[in-house]
Amino acid sequence: MDFRWSAEDEVFRDEVRSWLNEHLVGEYAALGSGGGPADETGWDVRLQWEKQLGQAGWIGLGWPKEYGGRGATITQQLIFNEEYAKANAPARVSFFGEGLLGPTLIAFGTEEQKQRFLPGILKCTELWCQGFSEPDAGSDLANVKTRAILDGDEWVVNGQKVWTTLAHHSDWIFNVVRTDPEAPKHKGLSFLLMPMDQPGIEVKPLKQLTGSAEFNEVFFTDARTSADLVIGNVNEGWKVAMGTLGFERGTAFLAQQLHFQHECEQVIDYAKKHGMSGDLIVRQKLADAWIGVQIMKYNGFRSITKMLATGSPPPEASISKLYWSHWHRHLGELEMDLMGPWSEVLAGPNYELEEFQSSFLLSRAETIYTGSTEIQKNIIGERVLGLPREPAAS
Amino acid sequence: MNFAFSEEQEELRRTVRAFLEDKSPSAEVRRLMETTEGYDPSVWEQMGSQLGLQGLAIPEEYGGSGYTYVELVVVLEEMGRALLAAPYFSTVALAANAILHSGDDAAKKELLPGIASGETIATLAMTEDSGRWDAEGITATATRAGDGYTIDGHKMFVLDGHTANLIVVAAKTGDGVSLFTVAGDADGLTRTPLATMDQTRKQARLEFSDTPAKLLGTEGEGWPVLSRVLDLAAVALAAEQVGGAQKCLEMSVDYAKVRVQFGRPIGSFQAIKHKCADMLLEVESAKSAAYYAGWAAAELNDELPTVASLAKAYCSDAYFHAAAENIQIHGGIGFTWEHDAHLYFKRAKSSQLLLGDPTYHRELLAQRIGI
Repeated sequence: MDFRWSAEDEVFRDEVRSWLNEHLVGEYAALGSGGGPADETGWDVRLQWEKQLGQAGWIGLGWPKEYGGRGATITQQLIFNEEYAKANAPARVSFFGEGLLGPTLIAFGTEEQKQRFLPGILKCTELWCQGFSEPDAGSDLANVKTRAILDGDEWVVNGQKVWTTLAHHSDWIFNVVRTDPEAPKHKGLSFLLMPMDQPGIEVKPLKQLTGSAEFNEVFFTDARTSADLVIGNVNEGWKVAMGTLGFERGTAFLAQQLHFQHECEQVIDYAKKHGMSGDLIVRQKLADAWIGVQIMKYNGFRSITKMLATGSPPPEASISKLYWSHWHRHLGELEMDLMGPWSEVLAGPNYELEEFQSSFLLSRAETIYTGSTEIQKNIIGERVLGLPREPAAS
Repeated sequence: MNFAFSEEQEELRRTVRAFLEDKSPSAEVRRLMETTEGYDPSVWEQMGSQLGLQGLAIPEEYGGSGYTYVELVVVLEEMGRALLAAPYFSTVALAANAILHSGDDAAKKELLPGIASGETIATLAMTEDSGRWDAEGITATATRAGDGYTIDGHKMFVLDGHTANLIVVAAKTGDGVSLFTVAGDADGLTRTPLATMDQTRKQARLEFSDTPAKLLGTEGEGWPVLSRVLDLAAVALAAEQVGGAQKCLEMSVDYAKVRVQFGRPIGSFQAIKHKCADMLLEVESAKSAAYYAGWAAAELNDELPTVASLAKAYCSDAYFHAAAENIQIHGGIGFTWEHDAHLYFKRAKSSQLLLGDPTYHRELLAQRIGI
């Protein structure tokens, strides 16, 4: 047990730090770390910045060198993410490509598919979105109904996806579609890549309770894609999709934790500045929030240590999402409580939100997306603790 | 960066677990909790002479084996898991730490070897009827008398106070809070065992009347020492709590897999499954907190005061929650005297309040991080 970093790691840290020092200037620095997967603040600037990251080889840090990555160790990825967060650098825009599709292609794709798509992710010249959820396939993802039928050397796709983050900015979508309606529901699915820019695809913004629209509905009407763009085998898309969901943001945790810690410190400062930090109940709540964000860090370090030893995240890493999403929800509620009546007053007439208001509202999505709290608890109960599954209703 | 126990530390865990499974099964815990002394002298002797547990973190020059607080955390976690009935926490986490950090070299040479070998049972007598864990709570007085001092007043809730042969007492002199050592059989010391709800950890009331005492460290400078000792003890207690909480989770999950109602194991119902998932989240988080605090204690770094309070607050609540849910998941059987669930539940409650409750530690933490 030792929380110090090796000399080698410190050299890498210096490299990251000096690159960021040199490049994170002007409009990039001015942007701060605002924005996220469901928050489009400063989109154009973030996109330009991401291309810079790509040019410098910071995208796909942990990917194997043969596919254009750096082959960085887990520790180095952790350090990069930590320094990135400390530098208050812009929120990343290539999460779906770099974090989800890239690793999926590396694990399941053909050589041809890898050569075709990985460079575009690494240089941030092609943006991706994820077409998993549908109106009737949320937690029950295998209930996907969007249908793909092979027509010569093309798939013809009809159906609808929903909650598709960044679909309106994306060049490509990776979809889970039904290719065999006769098979049992997990066995008739395929993992299919499709170009977004075509007449058969319509993207409609979905206005969320924050008043903005980062999510979308995506409608497919005789949309087309090439027959060779299935990842893995036809009708074996479930396995591929589960693999995709398994590429956890293991090494991003430290960055996320720092982001949350920063928010927690802002809350403490707010309480101090507004004369509330002497109140015994407020002090309890602030201390509790602070404890939560520290434990998030300790949990992350423990998971990472096991990942370093075994190569994959340990079962208990599955508590991470449950933990941070609920912690953040509580923090948002505390932010509102501290603001008191001011929590109602918006930043502008078009439903512009103050930072705390935005955090409070956005946090309600966090206990739902990427596996709701209830699904997370089922997973923990069944896969980590070995409790029996619920008898299937259908 | 490495947040895991070494192979040697894991081996220590296996050894201690095997020892405790043999020496401290439920039947033994129950036998000992009914006694006034609350421990088995022959097991205590073996812990010292065979396993060297009492002297684990005591430096070699004082008769110990010079391991770190991280090893101590491993041992305490196993003791919490087994509900070991023995004066280990009082002797090692409280008294030995007080002597080690007193800055009194003569006392260290004189007293630590006896603790390390298992000959001495020791404790810390700090709290009084007010139950306070701060300097203001200390009202017993010490007066200079010849070469030494005499103490007057009382101490309450003293862990193993009736069986300890060495007692570190916090008392006030004209210079402020000071620490003293008092022999268990000293003149003018009346010791009364308390009947306690948690019978696995014994407490006593001590009355001092002109009781001879020896100064430990420097007069008037007892509080900074005590403050550090309380932090170290909080880390030790957090480790114990983690062990107990993990055991409660295991009991709950095992039962939920075999108990059938409505034709299904109750663990297949989400109401029960989700309870267990919540327990796992808290138990794993408690481990992270306690282990990290153990490292800070081993390093004696600047983070120790904050992480000690953090770990004590979090692990206390995690243990209590796990122990309470364990009874609920077991249903009627969990409410019986025969089932062990109540032993953990009662230990969880007494530990939650020992050294200050979570509310107290959150406040302490707030102060320590500058709120």
